[in-house]
Amino acid sequence: MKHHVVPVKVYFTIFGALMVLTALTVYASSVDLGPFNISAALAIAFFKAGLVVLYFMHVRYGSNLTKVVAIAAFVWLVLLLSLSMADYLTRGWLP
Amino acid sequence: MLTEQHASELAHQFDDMTQQSEATNLGMWLFLVTEVMFFGGLFAAYTVYRTHYFEGFAEASRKLDIVLGGINTVVLICSSLTMALAVHAAQLGKRRSIVTFLLLTLVLGGLFLGIKSVEYAHKFHEHLVPIPGFEFPDGHFLGARIFFSLYFGMTGMHALHMIIGMVIIVVLAVMAARGRFTPGYNAPVELFGLYWHFVDIIWIFLFPLLYLIDRHA
Repeated sequence: MKHHVVPVKVYFTIFGALMVLTALTVYASSVDLGPFNISAALAIAFFKAGLVVLYFMHVRYGSNLTKVVAIAAFVWLVLLLSLSMADYLTRGWLP
Repeated sequence: MLTEQHASELAHQFDDMTQQSEATNLGMWLFLVTEVMFFGGLFAAYTVYRTHYFEGFAEASRKLDIVLGGINTVVLICSSLTMALAVHAAQLGKRRSIVTFLLLTLVLGGLFLGIKSVEYAHKFHEHLVPIPGFEFPDGHFLGARIFFSLYFGMTGMHALHMIIGMVIIVVLAVMAARGRFTPGYNAPVELFGLYWHFVDIIWIFLFPLLYLIDRHA
């Protein structure tokens, strides 16, 4: 299978970054950021997921088609969450 | 005109191995997209109910064990590393390394499930399983019960995905031990790697959303 062989060093670097970000997630939850705790938690989680997708799942080295499909998954999820919440958050706005 | 070394691995509908590997990669990614939507439904339910019952969710979340959850997060990230190294070994045709890293991934997966079952047992004894007999002391009974329904539903679904994955790892390890994978043919390992990383990503979101809702009080 023709494939870019990712150097092992890259895997360990990403692993280290994921460990640091996990510690950061726990630390960030212990600090009172008011309404931004959830934003911080999600931002870190998305960044970690991004690292896994790009490097462990080889999307960084893959075809553009793979990148489009991976982004599409995210797009559909955003549609699901945003439109559902648009409904729930606006209930009671009209009599 | 056969210029491919491993023509026997080439399915008849593809022109060459590159096209075949692109197609199989796309197929697995499309499956993962459906999985995103599958878990997405549960995340949507979580989002709606957390918005409506924030205090109940926060109180209930504090009952979860951060240490065990944190250890499990580390365990799964380690298992993603060992899985990536297994794929790497398969690309280089290192038979023994493929088996070693697959088995390491299996052990880490088992460790995760072991810790998870300890957590589940604790919750059962604390009457926090959303069955008749569920108890939640202060005034957030409904929100807490919904939280725990989502906790068991989401981590349970995640655990089921892990169990299925671990069965496949055993199959792959046996195939690898028999020398089935070469630099010219390692698609099953590569594709399963995508699945395993996806299961890790789900947990990367589950951990902060379930365990870390409001830990700064």
